[in-house]
Amino acid sequence: MTLPTLNFLAILPLLILVAATLLVLLADLVVRNKRVLTFLGLLAVAASLAAVLLVRPAAPTFQGMTLADELGLFASVAILVATGLALLLALERTSDFTRRPGAYVALLLLATAGMIVMAKASDFITIFLGLEILSLSLYILVGFAQRDARSNEAALKYFLLGAFASGFFLYGMALIYAATGSTNLAEISKGIASHSASLPFAPLLPIGVGLLLVGYGFKLALVPFHMWTPDVYQGAPTSVTAFMSVATKTAAFASLIRVLAAVWSGDRPWLLALAGLAVVTMTLGNLAALRQTSLKRMLAYSSIAHAGYVLTGLAAGNDRGFEGALYYLIAYTFMNLGAFATIQAVQRRDQNDVTTEQITGLSTQRPGLALLMTVFMFALTGMPPLVGFFGKLYVFSGAVQGGMTWLAIVGVINSAIAAYYYLRVTVLMYMGGATAAAGDIPRTGWAVWTTLVITAVATLALGLWQQPWMESIREAVTLLALR
Amino acid sequence: MLDYAWLMLLFPALGTLIISLFGTRLGKRAVSILAPAMVFLSFVVAVAAFVSLLGLPVDERSREVTLWRWMVVGNFSVDAALLLDQLSITMALAVTCVGFLIHVYSAGYMHDDERVPRYFAFLNLFILAMLTLVLANNYLLLFVGWEGVGLVSYLLIGFWFEKPAAADAGKKAFIVNRVGDFGLLLAIMFIWTGIGSLRFADVFALAPQVWPAGSAVVGAVTLLMLLASTGKSAQIPLYVWLPDAMEGPTPVSALIHAATMVTAGVYMIARSAVLFDLAPASGNWVAWVGVLTAFFAGTIALTQTDLKRILAYSTVSQLGFMFIAVGVGAYAAGIFHLVTHAFFKALLFLSAGSVMHALNGELDIRKMGNLRVKLPTTYWTFLVGAAALAGIPLFSGFFSKDAILFAAFEKQLPVWIIGVITAFITALYSFRMVFVTFWGQERDRRLFNHAHESPRVVTIPLIILAVGAVLTGYIGLPAISAIDGWLAPAFHPAGAAAETHSVALELILLVVSGLIALAGVFAAYQAYMVDPDLPKRVRASLGRVGRLVENKYYIDEIYDMFVVNPLRDLGGWLGGVFDRRGIDGAVNGLAGVTGWLGAQARRLQTGMVGLYALAMLFGAVALLAWLATR
Amino acid sequence: MPEGYLPILVMVIIASAFAVIALGVSALLGPRRHNPAKDEPYESGILPFGDARRRFPIQFYVVAVLFILFDVEIILMYPWAMMARRLGLFGLIQMGIFVAILLVGFVYAWKNDAFKWQ
Repeated sequence: MTLPTLNFLAILPLLILVAATLLVLLADLVVRNKRVLTFLGLLAVAASLAAVLLVRPAAPTFQGMTLADELGLFASVAILVATGLALLLALERTSDFTRRPGAYVALLLLATAGMIVMAKASDFITIFLGLEILSLSLYILVGFAQRDARSNEAALKYFLLGAFASGFFLYGMALIYAATGSTNLAEISKGIASHSASLPFAPLLPIGVGLLLVGYGFKLALVPFHMWTPDVYQGAPTSVTAFMSVATKTAAFASLIRVLAAVWSGDRPWLLALAGLAVVTMTLGNLAALRQTSLKRMLAYSSIAHAGYVLTGLAAGNDRGFEGALYYLIAYTFMNLGAFATIQAVQRRDQNDVTTEQITGLSTQRPGLALLMTVFMFALTGMPPLVGFFGKLYVFSGAVQGGMTWLAIVGVINSAIAAYYYLRVTVLMYMGGATAAAGDIPRTGWAVWTTLVITAVATLALGLWQQPWMESIREAVTLLALR
Repeated sequence: MLDYAWLMLLFPALGTLIISLFGTRLGKRAVSILAPAMVFLSFVVAVAAFVSLLGLPVDERSREVTLWRWMVVGNFSVDAALLLDQLSITMALAVTCVGFLIHVYSAGYMHDDERVPRYFAFLNLFILAMLTLVLANNYLLLFVGWEGVGLVSYLLIGFWFEKPAAADAGKKAFIVNRVGDFGLLLAIMFIWTGIGSLRFADVFALAPQVWPAGSAVVGAVTLLMLLASTGKSAQIPLYVWLPDAMEGPTPVSALIHAATMVTAGVYMIARSAVLFDLAPASGNWVAWVGVLTAFFAGTIALTQTDLKRILAYSTVSQLGFMFIAVGVGAYAAGIFHLVTHAFFKALLFLSAGSVMHALNGELDIRKMGNLRVKLPTTYWTFLVGAAALAGIPLFSGFFSKDAILFAAFEKQLPVWIIGVITAFITALYSFRMVFVTFWGQERDRRLFNHAHESPRVVTIPLIILAVGAVLTGYIGLPAISAIDGWLAPAFHPAGAAAETHSVALELILLVVSGLIALAGVFAAYQAYMVDPDLPKRVRASLGRVGRLVENKYYIDEIYDMFVVNPLRDLGGWLGGVFDRRGIDGAVNGLAGVTGWLGAQARRLQTGMVGLYALAMLFGAVALLAWLATR
Repeated sequence: MPEGYLPILVMVIIASAFAVIALGVSALLGPRRHNPAKDEPYESGILPFGDARRRFPIQFYVVAVLFILFDVEIILMYPWAMMARRLGLFGLIQMGIFVAILLVGFVYAWKNDAFKWQ
């Protein structure tokens, strides 16, 4: 018997992350100054990022289980950037809610590893593996503020519903296996292309994909699988919310794009199902966000709406839509992380949320924070030349090109509605007297400032200068070879 | 020189950056010098570019300056590039010139405000956005400028956010504009999908081949552009934000809501002349929207008593005239009126600001009177502006409005008739302002005694603008029109032959519109000087119609009832379904049915996991049912 | 080739039939004699008291979870042991890494006083 050739270089970024996880756990036992652990985590993220960018094997490895293609690379970079920023965010504020910053950092790294596995996986088994690693880590992270009842409640809800969703996911995988006889995406794609009619259980394929969609829909917070989102985003520590709201989306969307490209039959009803999901997701998310008084809850509904926009790109069913979706994910990573970072900067040490009342008149006390928040709000609104605008432009024009003009119209109307609640934040910050005493807002340390500046600059720069990004994205989509 | 046109954008960008970063440290005085200086430099560049463009042969007067490659998506690419041609340079000249004067004026006007640096940072940012809009060489960059001016406008309307009215007005302007913007965004997507490029040159070259004249797509594109323009240029049905925008500082009203930003819609339609020529039906729509807006806004202006509001409605009305022009295909006439209007309306607003300054912020014309004694300079400049607005012969508005009416006469007689009536109304309300404010008896003695002429930093820009308001008319004299010949190639790159007009007919119409304007002035004199009770009697005889006009046709109330409130309530309800604290809002929102729904929702939304799972299950069943039975 | 799955179907039928028959027959044929002692939850005579849903000390959960964790992962060693010779050094290193990872978790749990019964 010959041993399979295992190209460990291909999973080097993952190995780094997992090794760092263990190292952080061990170091936690001996190190007094817990900030060192965060720096260790940052170092690991940087090393992993370097590995992603420098070591680029082309062929599928581990018997076709994982694929380090352009899409995987793209998603990995987005996820790692989000992790790095989330670690920076956590540096000063983990002590507010936990006595175990070591475990916090370790779980964050482990979740990242899971996300990268998921984004790169080219086999249902590995997809599920990544999904579970990231989910289990996130369940714990969401409940990390142990003294906060809301955080505990959020963790339990997320766990129960997540298990429920995993069930759907597994069942979908099983049915697709029954229909095509493989769990490998490349094999499945080949099987469908060559002899779709002769497969005995072919009718099971749409059912399987539908069940998979439920699983993805849960992770992506698509309506009607979204109901956990406001509770969890509000209850989780803010740095966790910031991280999971962007990185989970990137991982799950990258994986969904891969799966869709594999089982793609170009059928209109499939696209219409996605389009329908997109419509209810954007609309419900935006409308429900209109009247929230908790900023984290508002951004939770807003993130539901943004998932709807990204899904619009997938529903378009053409290259432009897929490219738009990927661009949107990168854009969303920066602008949403920035928004949550600002919330964390404003929130009191004994609190885990910021109300609209608390930011009223923020500009007089903390003009810098107010200005940055304005940038993020405008980016989320879709104001050119910030990134959010181009994301919307690409996905909606993808829909127009795909013959779904109505979907683009719904999307554009939605983004007009959304302007109202994003703008309300700006209005409150700049207009109206100060209600919160300046002393309530803790001093903002350098790490948070770094996060804020990086996200704000990226929010502007990726809009003004997007050629390199678009080229990478284009390559990623071309390699998927949509039919 | 043309290759350095980007300097025009650089200066205001630098100004914004420096002032927003170091403004408070630099101090008011330095900022008040720096900001106007930056715009002045832009103006110098614009003039230089204009001169070098004049030096070129006619068919070379269109130059593109690429700054950097913005994005590449396959074979589709967009550059961040500027287009310098007759149209964009004309616009840039008007923007920088009027903008500079308003900056200078602001230095005096805003002197006592605490937030001078922020004000000037916004003002510079506005110039940057507006120049981006007019100099863009593609629809995407145009859209960037388009949204940019909307954003700055919102920031400046709400500049005095301590006043709730100002904050609300800012929000209203932003939201209403977003509705229009979505039209432009969709139009851009259609163009991208249909033509595969967003560059003006490509679009206008390919459009006639890709889209046959009168086809549905080009109709949709142009109508969407019309929707966008009604938002930005305050036309029916989206004009509601402009009158409220007067809550901002007066120079802002002059700069943004009279001279520059609101003309963006007209500019875009003129820029897209090729597309509108392919869709004659859309052109008709534009003309009719324009003439109806002109008429309605004119009647509203007659009934208002707030000086700035009268000017605001007159702006809406004059923009309507520009829409008529671009709607009937007289693009040069539209741009001509745009330029003259920029001068005389900025002049009127700034003079009104001077009056307001003198009277401690009072704007109610019923409390003014006989002010020409106290404010001689302001009186004369206002008079010049009003004469130009009314279209008194030999003032600029006379020539430009006549050019529009002449074009309408040739293409659309009904439009011309309403246009002439509106011209009469325009003269009437213009001189109503003059007579009630500056002539007659002082009505509020305390205010009158307190009144004093404004400092020179205010009056000098007024005088310069007044000169401009007279002279700009002469670039477009009928028969020898310089601006027509200058602009025409920009609208028809293919080099279509200029239409020949009947000079005799034009002269006859010229006399007619001159007489109408004078008749309007005479009527105003009768109504407000000789027989002050006349307006009351007229008002009484109009009865219900009069009340309708006085209340601005209840448009705001209608919008509140049918759009704003339902959306807010729906949002409240949806939020309430999943959110404990939103529920009271939902119950208050829609009484009756919603009350019941809200009660159900309260019972449902305990945050119970079981319910969440149930929702997932329902969703899954629906999804599978769809996919399995497709 | 759905007929390839026939054996599975047959097995499913036999399995369910067995369960139904076994329970059904005993329910039909078995004698039933009720008396108070027999109807008690614990026939052994222990008196049931309190709510059945009692609160356990949290330590039970921690210990139980840790036990299951290590117990399940030990199972991986059985198939590995069967193949250890053929996997050779490579396999040994692999298992070494696996055990090392487990060990890190074990040490972490230990140092965090997971095994102390407070």
